Amino acid sequence: MFDLVTFIPRAVMQGMPLLFGCTGETISEKAGSLNLGIPGVMYVGGICGVIGSFLYEQNCPGELNPFLAIFIPMMACILGSLIMGILFSVLTVTLRANQNVVGLAMTTFGVGFGNFFGGSLMKLTGSTVPSIALSRTSAFFSKSLPFAHDLGWFGKIFFSYGFLTYLAIAIAIATSFVLSRTRTGLHLRAVGENPATADAAGINVNRYKYCAICIGCMIAGLGGLFYVMDYASGVWSNDAFGDRGWLAIALVIFTLWKPNIAIFGSILFGGLYILNLFIPGAGMAVKELYKMLPYVVTIIVLVFTSIRKRREDQPPESLGLPYFREDR
Amino acid sequence: MSNLNKEPLLHITKRKEMPFIRTWAVRIGAIIAALIVCAIVTTAMTGLNPFSVFGTMIFGAFGTERKIWILLKELAVLLSVSLALTPAFKMKFWNLGGEGQILMGAWATALCMIYMGDAIPSGLLIIVCLAAAVICGGIWALIPAFFKAKWNTNETLFTLMMNYVAIQLVAYFVIIWEVPKGSGKVGIINQSTMAGWLPYLGTNSYAIVIIFVALVTAAMYIYLKYSKHGYEISVVGESQRTAKYVGIKVDKVIMRTLLLSGAICGFTGWMMVSGIDHTITTTLAGGRGFLGIMVSWLAQFNVVAMIFASLLIVFLSQGAGEISTVFGLNQSFSDILTGIILFFIIGCEFFINYKVHIRKKSGKEEA
Repeated sequence: MFDLVTFIPRAVMQGMPLLFGCTGETISEKAGSLNLGIPGVMYVGGICGVIGSFLYEQNCPGELNPFLAIFIPMMACILGSLIMGILFSVLTVTLRANQNVVGLAMTTFGVGFGNFFGGSLMKLTGSTVPSIALSRTSAFFSKSLPFAHDLGWFGKIFFSYGFLTYLAIAIAIATSFVLSRTRTGLHLRAVGENPATADAAGINVNRYKYCAICIGCMIAGLGGLFYVMDYASGVWSNDAFGDRGWLAIALVIFTLWKPNIAIFGSILFGGLYILNLFIPGAGMAVKELYKMLPYVVTIIVLVFTSIRKRREDQPPESLGLPYFREDR
Repeated sequence: MSNLNKEPLLHITKRKEMPFIRTWAVRIGAIIAALIVCAIVTTAMTGLNPFSVFGTMIFGAFGTERKIWILLKELAVLLSVSLALTPAFKMKFWNLGGEGQILMGAWATALCMIYMGDAIPSGLLIIVCLAAAVICGGIWALIPAFFKAKWNTNETLFTLMMNYVAIQLVAYFVIIWEVPKGSGKVGIINQSTMAGWLPYLGTNSYAIVIIFVALVTAAMYIYLKYSKHGYEISVVGESQRTAKYVGIKVDKVIMRTLLLSGAICGFTGWMMVSGIDHTITTTLAGGRGFLGIMVSWLAQFNVVAMIFASLLIVFLSQGAGEISTVFGLNQSFSDILTGIILFFIIGCEFFINYKVHIRKKSGKEEA
């Protein structure tokens, strides 16, 4: 029998890193920047959080302060992702380099950065621990609401997660609201659709692009942090994060650039990722085919939207193009 | 409203054309600056003086005969991928699907080697594998090209997604083909019979791979520079409207070029399975589909410059690999160094294409 009460929480856990990545990528794509560096940014976010919490645990042998245990890794993660965001914006907005090339270089760099520090952190700090297992700080991240266990299946499905899950959903809803209901969001979308028109209307195109990319990267970085600290219980292993960054980019297309839909989309993608565990009789090999599903579905969505040409469903008009005011 | 009349501190204009030598001076300057940053980073990590670090890198890349062979092999593979992606880029079609196209070529090769290994002679098998690989790689690129040509579907995202479809497809077959069962690895295919293996020239099979890539390089140079197709590609890349106006069928050019691009990627996959690895894994392409894009971009689609760009990247990864081994650091160190160098080279293009004017101190007007 298909055990929905176990399935949904696990799908949510798989989906949340994607939701962070997807929300971040949506913000930057809405401003016309196709940031293919998101997988790298998520790695950097994850490993920076790990470094922060590793140093904190090493220097604090006794009882951990709950606030600091959460604050330090989060700040480290946000800072690391912000630096990546600044790098991307300087290269693509100010220096007008090609976004795809910069993005791919950032992914190479970010994944390398994550794996390098993940593999060499112990040696570099001269520590004697055998592996990076940050169970003490991780416990604070994955702590669920106290009354979750008293509510039976209801509590398990809705309240059994760490605070980052609720943060992800809150950020997605807030982003969706800002993008579609506020003037800032309108300006941001104008920059993504047609920067020349936006510029003529008095919108500071570069400032919007910088902000969108940096905020987007910081949100995406939290996805990496969630993965290590909550999902993986503070254990970093190289390449374990896998292709989730690309899956987040796929999710952006799948949800047609709408973060509120992405909440359900991410849980759906997360569910497809682990579906094989819940279908009896599915062999090891078929499992790999299930993992293909999110990408195939995304391709179908991409093709259909381009054939139907509904204006609301299209990618931002100037996605991927640099803007130079004097270029006519 | 007084600031409306103020001249901004920095003013940027587009350059017309920079002399060839100065263009390269800027690029080489960027590489040197990047190497200095790399040296600082490496020194910070290992605590060694930068010169011995570069010594280690050079030893890692060229130190022994075997290392030179590996360097040349890696160079050949990366160059082959870059060559494959170049015609598509020249047309401004973002083929980010190199990874998937290589894997499909490799998959087709492995398929033929496993199921036909005993049935037909090795020489024929090699040709069958090549044909299958080229067709599979080509089809994998043709699908996004078809939708791009017909409905203007975003090719960047489409080709990117196709990579992961290919990876999962290969993952599926790896489990079906795994030897021994449960190991999750295919192992060396046809180890005893060596059916479908490219012949060894001298002591290893790398030489023949290098020769193949040299031939493809020459062919691509001629194709892009002197053929009618090559001309059509550059016209479509410059302006699709112009191309339509002069009577070029843009749809046809897009599909034909992508078929070629995918076919060469498939060919690369064939070389890797049949000539180098003799096995298949999901990580066979190892990010080369993406690195190839950067090589092609760095060389500005110039085939000769591409040889040097791939050499630089391969040198870095081999050299950094040596540093990692010597100092017991993680292998991913090379990715960090490659990333730093790429950022510098990408950034320096700005100074080639644009000119920065700094505001004069007094109110003097600029001529």
